[in-house]
Amino acid sequence: MGKTLFDKIWDSHVVDTIENGPQVLYIDKHLIHEVTSPQAFNELKERSIPVYRPNQIVATADHNTPTMDQHLPIKDALSRNQLEQLSKNCADNDITLYELGHQYNGIVHVMAPELGITQPGMTMVCGDSHTSTHGAFGAIAFGIGTSQVAQVFASQCLLLTKPKSLRVTVNGTLKKGVLPKDVILYIISKLGTNSGTGYFCEYAGDVFENMSMEGRMSVCNMSIEMGARGGMIAPDETTFEYIKGRKFAPQGESFDKKVTYWKTLPSDDDAVFDQEYTFDAADIAPMLTYGTNPGMGIKITETIPTDENPSFKKSLEYMNFEAGASLINQPINYVFIGSCTNSRIEDFRVAADYIKGKQKAKNVTAWLVPGSKQVETQIIEEGLKAIFDEAGFELRQPGCSACLAMNDDKIPKGEYCVSTSNRNFEGRQGQGSRTILASPLVAAATAIEGKIIDITKHLN
Amino acid sequence: MHSKSQIIKMKKFTKITSKAIPLAVENVDTDQIIPARFLKATDKKGFGDNVFRDWRFDKNGVINTDFSLNNPIYTGSILIAGDNFGCGSSREHAAWALVGYGFKVIVSSFFADIFKGNALNNGLLPLQVSPKFLSVLMKTVQENPATEIEVDLENQKISIKKLEISEGFDIDPYKKTCMINGYDDIDYLVSKKEMIEAFEAQRL
Repeated sequence: MGKTLFDKIWDSHVVDTIENGPQVLYIDKHLIHEVTSPQAFNELKERSIPVYRPNQIVATADHNTPTMDQHLPIKDALSRNQLEQLSKNCADNDITLYELGHQYNGIVHVMAPELGITQPGMTMVCGDSHTSTHGAFGAIAFGIGTSQVAQVFASQCLLLTKPKSLRVTVNGTLKKGVLPKDVILYIISKLGTNSGTGYFCEYAGDVFENMSMEGRMSVCNMSIEMGARGGMIAPDETTFEYIKGRKFAPQGESFDKKVTYWKTLPSDDDAVFDQEYTFDAADIAPMLTYGTNPGMGIKITETIPTDENPSFKKSLEYMNFEAGASLINQPINYVFIGSCTNSRIEDFRVAADYIKGKQKAKNVTAWLVPGSKQVETQIIEEGLKAIFDEAGFELRQPGCSACLAMNDDKIPKGEYCVSTSNRNFEGRQGQGSRTILASPLVAAATAIEGKIIDITKHLN
Repeated sequence: MHSKSQIIKMKKFTKITSKAIPLAVENVDTDQIIPARFLKATDKKGFGDNVFRDWRFDKNGVINTDFSLNNPIYTGSILIAGDNFGCGSSREHAAWALVGYGFKVIVSSFFADIFKGNALNNGLLPLQVSPKFLSVLMKTVQENPATEIEVDLENQKISIKKLEISEGFDIDPYKKTCMINGYDDIDYLVSKKEMIEAFEAQRL
């Protein structure tokens, strides 16, 4: 029997297997940030265990950073302390840190791929559930808790039970106005928020083969929203082309050698998956969520379904939506384009393309938050900032921002926010805030109109 | 599998008998268990004070008396929750908050992966039961808050004592040993250092 992409990488990283128990899995790259690492550093210190392989760890500050005036000292004492701790821990342990203001600083799942740190065939972890993003390169990448961060610090390994395999195939051609974000919101709306639990998911078919690396990252990013620890897409020429020449990518002959290896990674034709789902690209439309988990999604033209489940009703009550209602013409006062799902240059190009020559609606506060310093620079250099400025949008500095509202970027109580982020949980974007997940195109159109519109009728 | 000199980091867990608190909500995500604004601490202390913060209190800090954790008739170290508990963010702060509040066991018909691992790494037992058993358990506790629940990890059994109803549950044998003895994974992994070095050498 053939092997899956996942099997090939997993099996080549097993150091040992405990009888009737988990396996010791070797981790190639460990990404860390300020929120989930301090307690792990403390743990090692208390037990007098040194960091085993500091050169395989890369750190950035992203979750708890301001998106304005980053050159000034951080006002909030707790946030400032958390960043200072990260700097100290990295300095004490010889770990590379791209701190606030550094040219390579950014959201961990945006900066690592753009620097060529993320590569096919790797095992990668980070104390953040959206680590699944890096699977877009054909890597095994998944989020871990802080105890596990400490384990990787101590041994560069984790004790894990091999997950089951799942493949989601989407074939056909996507309709105009349907973005990678819509594809993954559609898949989650069909499969539900826990269908992937216990599995690693491979995305296959024309739709993903024809997708850019940035689109693939948006898809893999949200694998955790259907419960899957990770998502993966087979590496191909698009992948190799993206990596080539990036700062930490292998160079010259070494790159060619790696490509030869990377080409052996895709799932064998006769590989068998524990679970398979297939969808038709023609059925996918621009999507919106209406509830308080990412599985509660509909096509923009559909109405909110009816369900007697008390948790479903509680969710609609929180959102102040009625079963059977349409979201078209719903007034919206906040729009957020950002997060590790949609804060890369292509996302801002899509938004700018739609916004150009139009004006933001007066009732809307629209925040554009790039995923990294490099994306921010690109936005300026490509002239997108000028378009955003003229239309009345606010381009902020990089960070996780209003995706989780740990910093000051919070949506007020009771307000709706059409957001390109990944979670619409209660209060996720601020206490009492109501999140509607969408693509950067739908978010941009909402900001222009001040309400949700059927984007499919507004495309040239 | 573990050496005798192993540092005991977690409280040992063998058997507990306790009343339980019902939380009849599905898809409880870790943002509800501990909202992001409380993740600014650099130690593990104090998270229990803010567990389910926005369900326990409104924005002005006024207590929500409808919420089961605030209802004095419900007590105990067992939380009974709806399907797919702990989905969302990987924040281990969620496990620290539940342990800090005093929970030792969370019973649900389904747990999200990362939460499950985080709970086990903190001596908090994520106990998965059948949807049918969960429904009986939830109803029993809601109707009679004095109901005693017994969780026997050694024999992998949960019982509603008064009704003489019980169900077996699964747990990874390695993790069971860790829970019973209070071990965690760090020392085990560090003890494998030679093997890890050999693995690294053969990959070069």
